[in-house]
Amino acid sequence: MEINLLVFGQLSDITKCSEMKIAHVNDTQQLIIKLTTQFPELALSKYSVAVNRKVVFENTMLTDKDTVALLPPFSGG
Amino acid sequence: MAENNRYHRQIILKEFGESAQVKLKQAKVLVIGSGGLGCPALQYLAAAGIGTIGIVDFDLVDLSNLQRQTLYSMKDIGKPKALVAAFKLNDSNPEINVVPYTFKLTKEKALELFPFYDIIMDGTDNFSSRYLINDACVILNKPLIYGAVLRFEGQVGVFNMADKQSGIKTNYRDMFPEPPEATSVMSCKEAGVLGVLPGIIGVMQATEIIKIISGVGKPLCNKIISYNSLHNSFHDFEIYPSTIATNNYPKDEAEFLNFDYDWFCGACSNVKEITVDQFDSMRKNEKVMIIDVREKGEHPLITEFDYVNIPLNEFQKSMSGISTENKIVIFCKSGKRSATAVSMLNEAFPQCDVCSLVEGIENWKMINQ
Repeated sequence: MEINLLVFGQLSDITKCSEMKIAHVNDTQQLIIKLTTQFPELALSKYSVAVNRKVVFENTMLTDKDTVALLPPFSGG
Repeated sequence: MAENNRYHRQIILKEFGESAQVKLKQAKVLVIGSGGLGCPALQYLAAAGIGTIGIVDFDLVDLSNLQRQTLYSMKDIGKPKALVAAFKLNDSNPEINVVPYTFKLTKEKALELFPFYDIIMDGTDNFSSRYLINDACVILNKPLIYGAVLRFEGQVGVFNMADKQSGIKTNYRDMFPEPPEATSVMSCKEAGVLGVLPGIIGVMQATEIIKIISGVGKPLCNKIISYNSLHNSFHDFEIYPSTIATNNYPKDEAEFLNFDYDWFCGACSNVKEITVDQFDSMRKNEKVMIIDVREKGEHPLITEFDYVNIPLNEFQKSMSGISTENKIVIFCKSGKRSATAVSMLNEAFPQCDVCSLVEGIENWKMINQ
């Protein structure tokens, strides 16, 4: 089981890339824990999570080949 | 007849026609911020024949704006943006009514102005204004056209407008229920922005406005599009009404007027700040502890005076070791992180005399060169 992760905006400074594959995560909560262990600075950032292009706030089950996006707000104009 | 010729190219579109042009002429659009997003949006809205366009901006034209704010030229530097923009728009289309407002948008002004307009466009550059505008639109039931940019990326969306099929209506807080910590916020001034990017996003905002008014096409309701100019990628995301959001925002005008947006967005309104002059006199004449909260090795490197370096992300845990006996001045690159550190110290040690160097060490270095 492997999901595709898309990282937007300034969050990609933390993850050092904007797209990656993550294996062995069953839900979004597990994914976030795994990511913040690997990239501690993520814990300091606010972002929304989208699973297969739908924004979710509750813990959401993930299945193979799902796409999860981390979307930070921008304020620039 | 003159008008017909002006709008000929869009009137001949079979989906558009005379009737859509009449709708544009009757429409009233309020654009908040005539900067990177506002300029391109305003140019196309005016050109398309939106009958009444309001422009809210309290800022003056600065040389650093010209890289992306295409309504302004060298001779406009120092002039109020809203006035210059209104003049330029009327020059290109005298058949429309352009109303400049040269004040800073407050909660009171939002409640006063928004009811006169059909659609509100957010072209501001800070979270405090963005939440304020969103909440006012929710309370007054106005469609909000959102756009935001940073570096090479931008977001655009249509909020507070029900989808025709589903009837679902969402707003900015359903996408971002809470603003980020002030410490993690990067403005375009700090992080930079590619000049064409607000051009692209601002024009997308104008497109949505024209679509909504004319009734042509499907507006971007309950969705946010994220565009990356380096990857040439567009991603769209669906938004749903969120209970986290509904619990948080003011429900009526009275609650709205009581809501502290600067506090909510951590704008550190109570932080004591000192100017370069005050700082220089203080460090020469008084016992003062100076703290740099930038990351180690961040430029400009300072050798002109003694200071201790505690990066902001270590500040909370190192804070207890700081002696509050003398005055404390905190600085960073732009004055943002130092303001956050000051509010952290203020909270932990209410008696300590601590202030932030306004506009940061970069500004200090420029003045002291």
